[in-house]
Amino acid sequence: MVITGCIFTILKEGNLSGGMDYRLPITVTHSHKLDLYCLHKIIRGRVVLVYQDFRIRGGISVRFSSKNLVALVVLTVILAGASVANAKTQIDFWFSLGGQLGETVQQLVTDFNNSQDEFEVVAFFRGAYAESMTAAIAAYRAGNAPHILQVYEVGTQTMLLSGAIYPVYQLMEEQGIEIDWDDFVSAVYAYYTHKGDLYSLPFNSSSPIFFYNRDIFEAAGLDPDRPPQTWQEVEEYSRQIIESGAARYGFTTGWPAWVQLETMHAWHGLPFASQGNGFDGLDVELLINGEFGMKHMSALARWQEEGIFHYGGRGDSANWIFMNEDAAMMPHSSALIGSMKQSGLNWDAAMLPHWGEPYPMTNTIIGGATLWVLKGHSEEEYRGVAEFLNFVAQPEQQAWWHKQTGYVPITNSAAAILEAEGHFEKEPYQRIAIDQLNYSDPTPDTKGLRLGNFVEIRNVVEEEMENIFAGNKSVEDGLNDAVKRANQLLEEFAEMYQ
Amino acid sequence: MMQSRELTSSLRNLPKCTNRRNQHTVWSLSKPCATSKERVIVMSQQVVFKKNKWLPYILLAPQIVITIVFFFWPAITSLRLALYRTTPFGDRTFFVGSQNFQRLFASPQYQRSLITTLMFSASVTLLGVAISLCIALLLNQAVRGRTVYRTAILWPYGVALPISGILWMFMMHPTFGIVPYFFEGIIDFNFDWILNGNAAMLLVILTAIWTNLGYNVAFFLAGLQAIPKSLQEAALVDGATSLKAIRYITLPLLSPTTFFLLVMNVVYSLFDTFGLIDAVTKGGPGNATEILIYKAYKDGIISLNLGSSAAQSVILMVLATLLTVFQFGFIERKVSY
Repeated sequence: MVITGCIFTILKEGNLSGGMDYRLPITVTHSHKLDLYCLHKIIRGRVVLVYQDFRIRGGISVRFSSKNLVALVVLTVILAGASVANAKTQIDFWFSLGGQLGETVQQLVTDFNNSQDEFEVVAFFRGAYAESMTAAIAAYRAGNAPHILQVYEVGTQTMLLSGAIYPVYQLMEEQGIEIDWDDFVSAVYAYYTHKGDLYSLPFNSSSPIFFYNRDIFEAAGLDPDRPPQTWQEVEEYSRQIIESGAARYGFTTGWPAWVQLETMHAWHGLPFASQGNGFDGLDVELLINGEFGMKHMSALARWQEEGIFHYGGRGDSANWIFMNEDAAMMPHSSALIGSMKQSGLNWDAAMLPHWGEPYPMTNTIIGGATLWVLKGHSEEEYRGVAEFLNFVAQPEQQAWWHKQTGYVPITNSAAAILEAEGHFEKEPYQRIAIDQLNYSDPTPDTKGLRLGNFVEIRNVVEEEMENIFAGNKSVEDGLNDAVKRANQLLEEFAEMYQ
Repeated sequence: MMQSRELTSSLRNLPKCTNRRNQHTVWSLSKPCATSKERVIVMSQQVVFKKNKWLPYILLAPQIVITIVFFFWPAITSLRLALYRTTPFGDRTFFVGSQNFQRLFASPQYQRSLITTLMFSASVTLLGVAISLCIALLLNQAVRGRTVYRTAILWPYGVALPISGILWMFMMHPTFGIVPYFFEGIIDFNFDWILNGNAAMLLVILTAIWTNLGYNVAFFLAGLQAIPKSLQEAALVDGATSLKAIRYITLPLLSPTTFFLLVMNVVYSLFDTFGLIDAVTKGGPGNATEILIYKAYKDGIISLNLGSSAAQSVILMVLATLLTVFQFGFIERKVSY
């Protein structure tokens, strides 16, 4: 639940040049964690205190005590004094990675800030992707947008057509920063390009890989060094695992729609939607009720019934089934590697299973997010934005980012650095996502997905998958309904942008 | 003061006046009953601002400003938004009239959400109030350690709804939850709320009831304690069983409280349970627990379909108004104050 409010208090007047913002995350009450971000802005020579974004996590009520307010005012006065001395140009960066990943983002930003003294990037955690995007839209409409916004891949089409963005390739060109776009990993680059140019900078990109539990494999009499390569083998292995009592289920899955339908179509060289997966036009229709979609979903539905597969919910919610050793295998985002390392499990990872002939084995597609630059700021600030994005794209930063998080490095030169360091020999599973993405050159059907209303479409697909797995609908009805509902959403989207 | 309290309480115990239209006029003396006019005279001391005519308006101003800024303004804005379709960033806006509403009512998902909400709200309200009433009646008896029970029953209300949702999620977990463990072999029910829509519904209903139990019980207890013991004792002396005494004495006299709680629980189940759904099921599996308020959030905030979301808010607003009018208009007639 988010309550957003703004209180403007003009503290003092005077001639101040430049601008400096301060951020104070303050926990106001003990039980309901209320982070109160308080910003100082120098607007037309006045120091203005902006209280922004009253964001409650896990709580339902807000209480202000007079003590807290007094403390805020005192801090405000101190900071107002300090702000006069500082004159760096501030760049606001809104991101959505929580926990350990969020700390890594902050570290990256701090490294940039320490690398030069002209600009100060301030990174705000603005909640999950959907919330952060909504907040940014509200801010943009109020003429107060952040400079950089992290948006998930499903929001790409909305951002592209928004009219609110400053394309990254254009920004770099106009700021005179040369970037070797050819150096970018093609599966990553292709997903986010529009008419041949990169509109947003890939930041955290991952791809589904196949995690499995070595201990369970051994207990079931399977060779832990020979993970299943086909779905037929997944079934076979699962049976052996269940029959030997090594685990309750064969496998589960993370991100059901992304892994089992979006990625699986690309991995088998098949389109997920018409018009080159939506890249070539707005009159798009979903194609997941085709022969392959039916085949794969029928297999999953049958396996669900037999206990070979166990559905564990959307997003990350299936993780516990694997972590609890209830299931031996789990296709999931490569970004889970960080958590896996801390899990204490004897795990390993492999390439995703494939159905084999007659389908070609092509490349997987990515998930994750990119950095978008929003319109409405000064030339000077955009120079800072360009510097920051250039910093993020540097091979050294990318190599470091990859090692910290498990997200794939976005440039081939970053991968080369990691190779030279011997990183992949030490952690061979870190290679899998990169290898899968590069398995073949992306075809028009496998370079990515560009759908309007994609967030909702993914929800619709997952709802219908749940209906199928729960036995409420036949595979055919479920997939047809998913396509029908998604097509309606695509049509509504197209109507708006014609 | 003492006199007036006694008078009030004796008036309260009089039967309700049946002729509601003529409440404020003088009445026949044949039947003793209380009119609202009499109660007003007894209960309130009217203050008259003679010198400063503006003072009452100034005193009321903050409340009126807050109501306008935080209630009327957003309500009017969503009414306006509901007539438009707009791109997320607002760069293109089209006037579509009632199209947003037409699409909603034609959509099977919305119809399903309506039914889901109806089931959810009815279960939470009726079961919640009924269970609370039973507990309150038990707690109103002279039992040893009554204060301990009374305090304990209030505790769940102190837990934030999403948190209690997570507690119940664990308790009803298909593999390690205590509830499925308990009922294993007794009833044949699939507790997998990740995939079974009925289990998910049960989970959110139980959580919503459990969390609001303390609130309901507290009001019922207060209501029960306001009922004079003498009436019940008189009934018992006349040979009524304790069940009959509850049915014919306690329940009618408790009806104002019951009525108030019914209204509050409907509102609670319609609007306050958003955090629960968001933390526990996110409307799933399928659309099994997608209540109206959650759908409005999902379509607006996550899918950025502002027009449709605004239309849904308007429908919710109308629904809430209708419910309140209905409850005050119809149910109140059966309430004896």
